[in-house]
Amino acid sequence: MLTSILIILFLAVIIGLVLGFSSVQFKVEGDPIIEKIDSILPQTQCGQCSYPGCKPYATAIAKGDADINQCPPGGEKGVRALAELMGVEYKPLNESHGISKPKAIAFIDEDTCIGCTLCIQACPVDAILGAAKQMHTIIEKECTGCELCLPPCPVDCITMEPIEENAENWKWKYPVYSIAVSEKKVNN
Amino acid sequence: MKLLDKIFKFNGGIQAETKKDISTKKTIKSLPIPSEIRLPLRQHIGKMAKLRVKVGDQVLKGELIAEADGNISAAIHAPTSGKIKSIEKLLIPHPSGLPDFCVTLIPDNNDKWVKKFPIDWKNISLKETNKLLLNSGIVGLGGAAFPSHLKLGTNRNSPIKTLIINAAECEPYITCDDMLMRERGKDLIEGIELVQSLLGAEETIIGIEDNKLEAFKIISSLIEKKPNIYIKVVPTIYPSGDAKRLIFLINGIKIPKEKRSSEYGIQMFNVATIVAIFRFIQYGEPSLSRIVTITGNIKEPRNYEVLFGTPLRSLVKDAGGQKIKNNTFLMGGPMMGFTLPSIDVSVTKTMNCVISAEPEMIQVTEEPLPCIRCSKCAEACPVSLQPQELFWFSKSDQFEKAQNYNLFDCIECGCCSYVCPSNIPLVQFYRYAKSEIISQSIAAEEADIARERNDFRILRLDREKKERAERNAQRKAENTNTDKLKLIEEKRAEIAAAMDRIKNEKNI
Repeated sequence: MLTSILIILFLAVIIGLVLGFSSVQFKVEGDPIIEKIDSILPQTQCGQCSYPGCKPYATAIAKGDADINQCPPGGEKGVRALAELMGVEYKPLNESHGISKPKAIAFIDEDTCIGCTLCIQACPVDAILGAAKQMHTIIEKECTGCELCLPPCPVDCITMEPIEENAENWKWKYPVYSIAVSEKKVNN
Repeated sequence: MKLLDKIFKFNGGIQAETKKDISTKKTIKSLPIPSEIRLPLRQHIGKMAKLRVKVGDQVLKGELIAEADGNISAAIHAPTSGKIKSIEKLLIPHPSGLPDFCVTLIPDNNDKWVKKFPIDWKNISLKETNKLLLNSGIVGLGGAAFPSHLKLGTNRNSPIKTLIINAAECEPYITCDDMLMRERGKDLIEGIELVQSLLGAEETIIGIEDNKLEAFKIISSLIEKKPNIYIKVVPTIYPSGDAKRLIFLINGIKIPKEKRSSEYGIQMFNVATIVAIFRFIQYGEPSLSRIVTITGNIKEPRNYEVLFGTPLRSLVKDAGGQKIKNNTFLMGGPMMGFTLPSIDVSVTKTMNCVISAEPEMIQVTEEPLPCIRCSKCAEACPVSLQPQELFWFSKSDQFEKAQNYNLFDCIECGCCSYVCPSNIPLVQFYRYAKSEIISQSIAAEEADIARERNDFRILRLDREKKERAERNAQRKAENTNTDKLKLIEEKRAEIAAAMDRIKNEKNI
């Protein structure tokens, strides 16, 4: 009787120590699920999901406050990836948050720009270069195409330019079989 | 000379009709200078060449038009003397059919050379030779267009023991390397000796397919007295000319995935590349022309020495035009080549062969049928992949699974599509999946940069806010301590003075 109590007590102490040690030693900084969700999101930082950025949206999904279909730049593929990660059913993109469109890059008409710096303050990734009363310009490589610089511009000098297909970024298309042959068969 | 006997046979491959004798009946002809030359700035793997001329400039033959931009790039030279007419986007021989930057040159027909600088490679260091090669414009002329100076570079860990010369030319129809060996064997052997000593290799093995008897005889007699150059005949099985396949056929060494042959002491060059390197070092002539096979549905099929930038139209015209007019041309071989977007493209460094399409090449006779899981493709695959699995994964966009099945090991040789009884365009599916995966990984990289910049911005805004709050607090504290008290006292004194004045006025 006494020995069994002692054994149980001894085990409890040992396991308690191990658990206590590992909870300190192997502490996970941040929530891994938020990081995982954030890595799926396209990092456009456009706020169309009604959260101030991709990270806050990821946090909201993790908490269960937001749905997985609120990110238009991520598109259908993004929703599918999120559904798989969260173990929920896929649902089509919620159109009240906007529609998915091909990536475009902001372009400042340098003749019209008055140098008010309002767009610089709006850019979530600091992709606009300029100073007060100096012409502004977009750092093309850094622009995510979030369109947040469009509304603050008082002279409407910013336009979104879709990225054109060229010999460098061209992709092989999904093979589509000849339809002409099928038609021929139908005629026969 | 020593004939190495043992051949290591790789798995799969196909034996198709070679159709090579169509274009080997006549000797190599130099195509006259065309009336216009259009040079694409992207003719190689890597970054687009950096422009060094402007519209209206007069250039001499061999003068630099665009220089290599960084290390993984290649220069472009004027193929003849003339005047730069324009720099604009024009159609290029690329499967996309999209236009790209080209320099248009109007030849003056004097064909006047710029001063040539042969390289005294024996008396200068390897590093200096390599530096000069950077602007030679020489790229792999077998079709891959990989800048050659990188392969000759000194920047490697293991020494090169064996130099392998790729003379297999395994694709049907193509005969440009065959004809080069027959007619310019001497240049080739001198080039081999030069490259061998540049690399510090002990021996050179020329790998040639057994269907090129004449070229074999000529090269064999030329290397009879050369102690370190051997020739090895490999069976005519497509794709024996693929770099890793040829290394296995010759040495029995399997180069693992993501490793380079140079890590195993082997470096490989195509015969045409060797001759180009030889001409650059010996005579100071940069890469200005290449041998192009024009064959198939054409009146006079043969091999031409063509200046880069020559319009395909002039080449076709000189070869007598198409037998049956359909205006369709294939670039490369029938296995790995692609249909050119138009006849209005120019000859580039990668254009080893132009096949004027036979009517049966364009007419689709049978439409693809569903996969019947016969696994014929797996038997034919020279890389020992599972093409049927890759097909299913690529078709259904399951890219991660496709990558787990080593999609990127696929050399796109087309053996699987060739043997498929259901006529499924398998390689097209792999190309689609590969380019999707590549674009996804680029998007992921861009997203990482955006995330980092956004995080930093939030951090910066926070810091600025904190600093502002601190400054305000400090100012406030300073005000209460000294200035404010002083101000209050001054105001009090003023009020007291005013009160006094009022009192005095009342008294009066």
